[in-house]
Amino acid sequence: MKTVALKVLGAIAVLWAAATFTFFVQAALPGDRATLILNQDSGQIIKRSDAELAPVNEKFGFDDPIYAQYVNYVAGLAQGDLGTSYRLKAPVTEIIGEQIWPTIFLTIAALIAAWVMALALTLLTAKRGRIPSALGSGYETFTAALPHYWLGVILLVVFAIELQLFPVEGGSSLIGLVLPALTLGIPLAGFLGQVTRDEFEKVLDQPFVTSARARGMGDFGVRWRHALRHAVLPAITLSGWAIGALFSGAVIAEIIFARQGIGNILVTAANMRDIPLVSGIVMLVALIYVVANLLVDLAYRVVDPRIEVSS
Amino acid sequence: MSGALLALPRVQVRFRPGLTLSIALVAFFVIAAIAPSLLTTQDPLKINLGDALQAPSAAHIFGTDQSGRDLYARVVYGARESLFIGLAATALSMSIAFVLGVSAALGNKLTDGAINRFIELLFAFPVLLLSLLFVTVFGAGLTTLIVAVGVGTAPGYARMIRGQVLAVKGSGYVEAAGALGHSYPKVIRRHILPNAMRPLVVLVTLGVGQSIVWASGLAFLGLGVAPPSPEWGALLDAGRTYITQAWWLEVMPGLAIVSFALALTAIGRYVQQRLEGGLQR
Repeated sequence: MKTVALKVLGAIAVLWAAATFTFFVQAALPGDRATLILNQDSGQIIKRSDAELAPVNEKFGFDDPIYAQYVNYVAGLAQGDLGTSYRLKAPVTEIIGEQIWPTIFLTIAALIAAWVMALALTLLTAKRGRIPSALGSGYETFTAALPHYWLGVILLVVFAIELQLFPVEGGSSLIGLVLPALTLGIPLAGFLGQVTRDEFEKVLDQPFVTSARARGMGDFGVRWRHALRHAVLPAITLSGWAIGALFSGAVIAEIIFARQGIGNILVTAANMRDIPLVSGIVMLVALIYVVANLLVDLAYRVVDPRIEVSS
Repeated sequence: MSGALLALPRVQVRFRPGLTLSIALVAFFVIAAIAPSLLTTQDPLKINLGDALQAPSAAHIFGTDQSGRDLYARVVYGARESLFIGLAATALSMSIAFVLGVSAALGNKLTDGAINRFIELLFAFPVLLLSLLFVTVFGAGLTTLIVAVGVGTAPGYARMIRGQVLAVKGSGYVEAAGALGHSYPKVIRRHILPNAMRPLVVLVTLGVGQSIVWASGLAFLGLGVAPPSPEWGALLDAGRTYITQAWWLEVMPGLAIVSFALALTAIGRYVQQRLEGGLQR
């Protein structure tokens, strides 16, 4: 219990540091912030008079000393307040709340797809003789290196535009989820597969595997019941890390397949230089990342109880 | 195999098709970056509206874009800027990673703990999101792109460098140098750093490819270098509008990026195996 509490405290510390980092990146903005907001609103780049700037400064608290702004920012975050969007003039939390679900569905679908593909690949090709092994690991190396934007475009061109098996614009339908989820899942599967394969091959040389075989267990049983359990451990850790990568990929997949979601509003916000909205989403992803890794850490202890003793 | 017949150690000249192809590809792109006119006679900026959106053919092997510009020429001429972005971002990323990794490994427990926490913190920001934040605050452009990718990719390398320095620090020859009475700074300079930095060659090779991939991803989202630059990411961004009519505008520049990154990875892996000395067995 004590270690769990320490882990949670550590996670909170990382989040606080992340908030501080985000705040200071924002504070490094070259030029005047109120001018930026007014210029972005009107689409012209001109010098603004004090009379124009004053209400904006007042509204967003830009006149406060920097430490007061920092305290306000962190205090707001602690209460779940991510600030107000410069462009949409609505609370960032509200905007995210409306858009987050399609992105979460996409991320989960991609994670499941990646695990299924990685496990199938490992079970079918690891230690099955030279050629299947080489093919399997070659495929993994190749797919792990594929950038999301390129894979997404190819899937779109081949399966949606040429073969017309899937809609070109995903919308919110279930069938529209397939190509974006594969765009994210295929490289992740390659990545996870490389790790599970390594472990799997090591485990298959262990004495307990020989003993299971000696007891007359079939090859599939050995792989499925004994070897797999050990081989997935490092991949579980990587899944926590992969949440961040998946989220980045989701931004790109949403743009390619014209899906609703966080990614779409994020890119628009970055183009419009809507700092609170972008940093709000960045903070949210940091939160998801930290929580996911905390859960992975705890899950690890369940799968392999020896960890508790050694740490 | 026939090892018993030859008592002398043989020089291995085994033909490696993957490696040869990778070296050829990298050489091609390096030539493209230095002297693009050697590889194409076409002008990457010449507009020819009569030839707009032509599919790949013998005359235009990568096809043409919406203004009838030859896409192959654009990819070749874009290599310089893309390679520059990749090298600059990697240089930045490695410098940050070097400072963090080496000070963590050689510092006391407190420094190590603090730097490790900092690296963990940077990990909480995925490269793409950190880059988007930078673009939002500082505005899109070449410098922002390089800084964003450089900072975003630094924590992974920092962790690897730290591990490497720690491994060398704990090795027998470092202990021996200490026992011989060499001063600690001298041991660091003469033994630890040179040995720990050798695998960095590999990291740099992999890093350049990765940086180009990240930078083009940002450019793909419209947050990179402004047109009409034929930088690879900018080509991807420009082609997005025409995706339903002209697949080659996305697929071909992407092919250049992916093949370049994969070739660098293959070369990096090979060098890594050679450094570890386990390849020939």
